[in-house]
Amino acid sequence: MSVETHEGVHRHPAPTGFIRKYIFSIDHKVIGIQYIMLALAAVVVGMVMSLLMRLNLSWPTTNWPILETLFPSGAPGGVMTPEFYLSLVTMHGTIMVFFVLTTAPQGGFGNYFLPIQIGAEDMAFPVLNMLSFWVTLVGFIVILLAIFVEGNQGLGEWFAALGPSFRGGSGTVGPIGGWTGYAPLSALGRIAGPGQGAGMNLWAISIAIFCVGSLLGALNFITTLLNMRTKGMSLMRMPLTCWAWFTTAVLALLSFPVLLGAGILLLLDRIAGTSFFIPGGLYVSGILSGTNPNFPLHTGGSPILWQHLFWFFGHPEVYIAILPGMGATSHILATFARKPVFGYRAMVFAIFAIGLLGFFVWGHHMFISGMSPYSSIAFSILTLSIGVPSAVKTFNWLGTLWGSRIRFSVAMLFALGFVSLFVSGGITGLVLGQSSLDLAMHDSYFVTAHFHLVMGVASIFGMFAATYFWFPKMFGRFMSESLGRIHFWITFVGVYAIFVPFHAMGIRGMPRRFSSFTEYEFLRNVDPLVMLVTVAAIITIAAQFLFYFNLFWSMFKGKKAGDNPWEATTLEWNTTSPPPHDNFAGVLPTVYHGPYEFAVPGAPKDYVMQTDLEAEVPGENGHNGHKH
Amino acid sequence: MATMVTSTRPPATKKDAGPGPGLPGPNGNGSRRHGSFRDPESHGNRYRIGMWVGLASVMMMFTSLSSAYIVRSSSSSDWVSLPMPRVLIVSTILILASSITIEIARRKLKASLTKSYAQWLLITVLLGVAFLVSQLLAWQQLKAWGLYLASNSHSSFFYLLTGAHAVHLAGGLFGLSFLWLRSRRIPDEAAAVHRRQASADAVSIYWHFMDALWIYLFLLLFLWR
Repeated sequence: MSVETHEGVHRHPAPTGFIRKYIFSIDHKVIGIQYIMLALAAVVVGMVMSLLMRLNLSWPTTNWPILETLFPSGAPGGVMTPEFYLSLVTMHGTIMVFFVLTTAPQGGFGNYFLPIQIGAEDMAFPVLNMLSFWVTLVGFIVILLAIFVEGNQGLGEWFAALGPSFRGGSGTVGPIGGWTGYAPLSALGRIAGPGQGAGMNLWAISIAIFCVGSLLGALNFITTLLNMRTKGMSLMRMPLTCWAWFTTAVLALLSFPVLLGAGILLLLDRIAGTSFFIPGGLYVSGILSGTNPNFPLHTGGSPILWQHLFWFFGHPEVYIAILPGMGATSHILATFARKPVFGYRAMVFAIFAIGLLGFFVWGHHMFISGMSPYSSIAFSILTLSIGVPSAVKTFNWLGTLWGSRIRFSVAMLFALGFVSLFVSGGITGLVLGQSSLDLAMHDSYFVTAHFHLVMGVASIFGMFAATYFWFPKMFGRFMSESLGRIHFWITFVGVYAIFVPFHAMGIRGMPRRFSSFTEYEFLRNVDPLVMLVTVAAIITIAAQFLFYFNLFWSMFKGKKAGDNPWEATTLEWNTTSPPPHDNFAGVLPTVYHGPYEFAVPGAPKDYVMQTDLEAEVPGENGHNGHKH
Repeated sequence: MATMVTSTRPPATKKDAGPGPGLPGPNGNGSRRHGSFRDPESHGNRYRIGMWVGLASVMMMFTSLSSAYIVRSSSSSDWVSLPMPRVLIVSTILILASSITIEIARRKLKASLTKSYAQWLLITVLLGVAFLVSQLLAWQQLKAWGLYLASNSHSSFFYLLTGAHAVHLAGGLFGLSFLWLRSRRIPDEAAAVHRRQASADAVSIYWHFMDALWIYLFLLLFLWR
């Protein structure tokens, strides 16, 4: 096989200095790991917040002296204020959705493995790639500032120099508005109460910055996939992971600009006194709009407009979080079931169908906004029709497993867990997608249960599976399988123990976002469930330290892994672990096979790598492409 | 061997092992056709693909802002239409002219007339700057009428849409100036020639898009009632 010379192919020399190599790196692998590290840091922040919320829900009047030490304004006397709780809700949602579920699956694993899996030496625009990470990191720093600027008087005063709307220090910890930031509350400014000053401005600015970072990333993913596939890598020979990352990038490309636009309108309402989202005649905190210099005149804005713009982004965002998990799951199931993915083409079309339909269903988040019942029906039908491609995916996963001899590695366990969680979380989507049922369930714990299972935990399971699966490639060592098994079983049972009771609470009428339920007699009988959830949450969160320990310990002390420890077929297993700077040591591979050729009759091994020469497959040894 | 045969591929023998290396054999899992392959011009195509992809996101942002505009203007009772500052007609003529000049520049480069390529680029830059000045004059005009960002909803949208367009156009000016500064450098290899043509193409695609976007915004702001 002749060695191809790729003229005009972009190559950058391997960097030498520490800063260029690990900090301001333009190597997609380093950037991928940076994204994963960002997500690992952000998820701790989000997790601690959820723990604090659980503590308050289970012991609403108990004095926690440590809380007072840490958050003197949020928990005076050691008891959490409702405002503190609400800002925790807001920041938990925002940090988890944007800085965990959007960064790790796409920016992290996508960045690392998309170029390798299509046989490219880097992303199409490496400098842009670096920028997208650093912009995202700035967004994260700004969202952390948003927490402290509301809680800390000194910092709040400092931000007041930017303008009166930036005055912080309202005595809460962080902005209040939910991750959806509904107007008019989010648009009014300080007049609207605690958590509505500088923190809310910084929240909106952070989201806008995050949008820019995501757009740069999406542009890069799409161009890379369209332009840089190696010889023989036709679209239908790409691993399903690449299809998932590509579709995710398209969703991000088309939905984040809408959020950016909405964020700019929101900031103008807050800072410049415009009335895009603020209706006329509002009476807030005892002041009528236009009768006080602190509350200028607003007329004619539409709060519903914010909901439309936000959810036009928000629904695709849900798929941005989960599609990479679907791709990784398909990939891992095939590898450990030692069988081709059942219905590869159907899987590709299902990914695209889910992505496409995702743009036409945003109204199902707004059934109680007073929309016309006819629109509700249209949004309902479109929403329920997403069940079709989702079912195609689920049955194809089961078809892949059918009759196979499964190798139960930890990666496989998490992939199976993903399928389980996707089904249990998705099935309640069919309930909430119907406007008549949603009218009753809206803003109850039933909704919280639905989206945590399907969007939160399922996506995270996809990422756990991806971590255990690709760790040997990324660091040349295995993660501990026994620790991983303990981690899996505690987490798997734990998340069900947390989120299944949520359904029951929701059906009993327990509303979301309330800091405590001591006043509600009709909810007395769910108290044991609330306690069960809290205990399960504490155990599950504790189990995540096993994962963190396993991850960082295995980087240095784990068992050494070879180039292809899982006997997998795709291109990333064709190079060394970890891959060299240009991924394939100067010679790009040529592809002769589909991505999942396991158990091929007549082949010498039970798997055929994508680079194996056709003529050599029936022979003694499969060769690893033309490297030799 | 797995317990169930799922591959559609028949047991391979010498005869049906496929047409040889380079051509994939039949398999139940993916394509049977040859994949596309990067040619030497792929780096240039990359710029053009990236530009179109990027413009899709720019388009989505302005789509969201104009949908907000349409909803806001048709659903509220407080809408007061602005009078049109006359200077906007000058803006429109300037940006239309700049679209023509950048197209000339691009063709000069294609014909390897580097010197006149640089000249036409410079003319385009100047027209672009003139457009921005003219937009500023329109803002001054509104200010003179006492209409500010928060004065009424139409003026809010006017400042917002023209401002967002100006920011994007300034990005285009940055790209044009970059091309102009690089225009004196003589590329030494074929790949560099491709790259230069591709970056000129990409910038001109962007510039035409900014032109069309302005015409659209102009019509939206002053003809949509």
